Amino acid sequence: MAAAPTTIPTAAVQWSTILPRRGRVGIVALILTESVFFSIFVVAYIFYVGKSLTGPYPKDVLSPPILNTICLLSSSITVVLAIRALRAGSIRSFATWWFVTFALGFEFMIGTAIEWHRLIYHDGLTIRTNLFGTTYYSLVGLHALHVTVGLLLILLVLILTMCGYMNERHLERTDILSWYWHFVDAVWVVVFLTVYVVGR
Amino acid sequence: MAGTIDQQIALGAVDDPQALPLLGKVHEWIVTVDHKRLGLMYIMGGLFFFVIAGLQALTIRLQLAFPDGAIVPPQVFNRLLTMHGTAMVFLVGMPILTGFFNYLVPLMIGARDLAFPRLNAFGFWLWFFGAFLLYFSYIGGDGLYGAGSAPDVGWFAYAPLTELPFSRGNSTDYWILSIFLTSVGTTATAINIITSAFCMRCEGMTLTKMPVLVWLAVVVAFQMLVALPPLSAAQAMLLLDRFLGAHFFDTQAGGSAILWQHFFWIFGHPEVYILVIPAFAFASEIIPVFSRKVIFGYSVMVAASAAIAFISLSVWAHHMFSVGMTPVGNSFFAASSMLVGVPTGIKIFNWLGTIWGGKLRFRVPMLFSLAFIFQFLVAGLTGIMLAVVPFDWQVTDTYFVVAHFHYVLVGAIIFMDFAAIYYWFPKATGRMLSETLGKWHFWLFFIGFHVTFDTMHFAGLRGMPRRIYTFQPGRGLETLNFVESVGALLQGIAVLVLVINVIRSLRSGDPAGNDPWDAWTLEWSTTSPPPEYNFAETPVVRSRRPLWDLKHPEDPDWKYE
Repeated sequence: MAAAPTTIPTAAVQWSTILPRRGRVGIVALILTESVFFSIFVVAYIFYVGKSLTGPYPKDVLSPPILNTICLLSSSITVVLAIRALRAGSIRSFATWWFVTFALGFEFMIGTAIEWHRLIYHDGLTIRTNLFGTTYYSLVGLHALHVTVGLLLILLVLILTMCGYMNERHLERTDILSWYWHFVDAVWVVVFLTVYVVGR
Repeated sequence: MAGTIDQQIALGAVDDPQALPLLGKVHEWIVTVDHKRLGLMYIMGGLFFFVIAGLQALTIRLQLAFPDGAIVPPQVFNRLLTMHGTAMVFLVGMPILTGFFNYLVPLMIGARDLAFPRLNAFGFWLWFFGAFLLYFSYIGGDGLYGAGSAPDVGWFAYAPLTELPFSRGNSTDYWILSIFLTSVGTTATAINIITSAFCMRCEGMTLTKMPVLVWLAVVVAFQMLVALPPLSAAQAMLLLDRFLGAHFFDTQAGGSAILWQHFFWIFGHPEVYILVIPAFAFASEIIPVFSRKVIFGYSVMVAASAAIAFISLSVWAHHMFSVGMTPVGNSFFAASSMLVGVPTGIKIFNWLGTIWGGKLRFRVPMLFSLAFIFQFLVAGLTGIMLAVVPFDWQVTDTYFVVAHFHYVLVGAIIFMDFAAIYYWFPKATGRMLSETLGKWHFWLFFIGFHVTFDTMHFAGLRGMPRRIYTFQPGRGLETLNFVESVGALLQGIAVLVLVINVIRSLRSGDPAGNDPWDAWTLEWSTTSPPPEYNFAETPVVRSRRPLWDLKHPEDPDWKYE
């Protein structure tokens, strides 16, 4: 009834190359679950459009953040250029484009902070003002939180690169980080459309 | 474990391997990233909270055994039922299924560990902390005004009841934070399982040769990725409402009184399928082995499970038939709820097809599995009854619903959890659980289960509402409730028998050997317990039952698949 420990003869090399890479599958799974998480906040936003009882309304206080959007979406392009440079082995070029990516993302955060400062102190819109305030700050804030996490990771890679630790062996992991960044940008497209186009 | 001791001896650090201090052993378990250890910790944690939440259930049944019960005051009763429900779902059901998948998936696919071992450990300790946090609420829930304790708002914590004006103190916050943490941990496990199944199978194991359990683990993992975020999102919104004055569920500011219900049940319904599909997975591994027949309709089993997972995302508002949705809305959810019964029924037929013509061995895992089939069928049928909206209007918020979902949660899920424990305990520990004690456990629990939950359907049909802390005499509920409580006591004794069985067998159970059940999947090809690295050489498989091929080289499966 008991079988001896069995291993049928040795695994060939080729099988493991047919299987997908772990990092890719993992990041796709993370993106899937985060997308669902964002969707709930988008649903809440859309559900509550036009339902605020008082207070500043979207068309009164919202102006589309064009510069921020251009910066964030461009950072997706620059991150692709950075990965391409890394794949070609050019660490210096990679570091340059990677820094530009960080700078563009950082500008997005600064721009969001400026917009929020105006909304809070000039227009009197906070998360507790009305339904618009609640859904706006939670949705845009959740996105900004994801941008912040992305920027921290990009900064970490940037620092390590400047200290000379980056080389082609880290290509796959850096690429996976860039996929996260692309996801953050894609979410911004949805958030932008929801808040500044549909919701006004 | 052996490696560590050997290393230490080699380094001259430890002269006598038996003298490895207790602190050292505890430390090993705390820092482990080994899927087997983490899996066992998940299961042990789940069983620990099973006893705690079970004792809470026994207290509830004691309070309800007689009319005008005075065992606990109403506020305590509300906490008991909230904690019983919350703990059973998040601290018992989820960790036990997570633990078994953690343990089995790498072994069944011939891998050394899951794809992300450190993430695995991180997920476990998140769960552990979340679990601690939930029960800490008894002490810490007091808040500023001494107004709280453990949460008392039901396991579903409907807003606006859970908004700040109606739930003072911090009890709701403990509910939110503890469940939020455990959910993040569960998401980590889900990512791990999907990545492992797609990326770490041994050579020859194409997706169509994976064991059914692994397929169903992948289905459950996808469901976790899609169903848990709505709960976390709703909880984040509730937290924003309670702490920052947001208005997500604030009707005074124009917010919706049922938005929480929608978000919660968009999570809640797939959640119960997350809980039950692992039971299907265990059944699909255990029943073939004890029928000496390959699973009937492998592809259909996988496809049906995927269909169940997919359809389950569209049925959530059958928990909300009485909130006043439009007739169109009610009809849609009624139809989708009935539709989900179709693939489920197909699976039941396939298990029966597996048993039909087989050479049955009525060992303890099989006893629990046979009871599971029958009980899950009944549970599914009462579920279909509840999908009929006018009938639901009559029995919603009565004990009929409580009976239905306990029939699934206990009759299907807990029964299969027990089956899985008896089936894989030998693999994990190298010792068999006592068959005699196992049979006592089974029969006591089976009888107790039916005494309690068969009766409960009738209490519901007589109109006994849910969540009442007592009932008045003269309403025809006395006998029914007393009988239910007796059944609960029997189940409690049965669980005690299990605990005794586990403790005794760990010390002096019969040695199990590698393959005590004459099974066919890869985990039975290693030693019991497996070495830390699982397989000395990565296996190469050619069929769905690699061990059958080894044991029957003249009649291998790959000739027929």
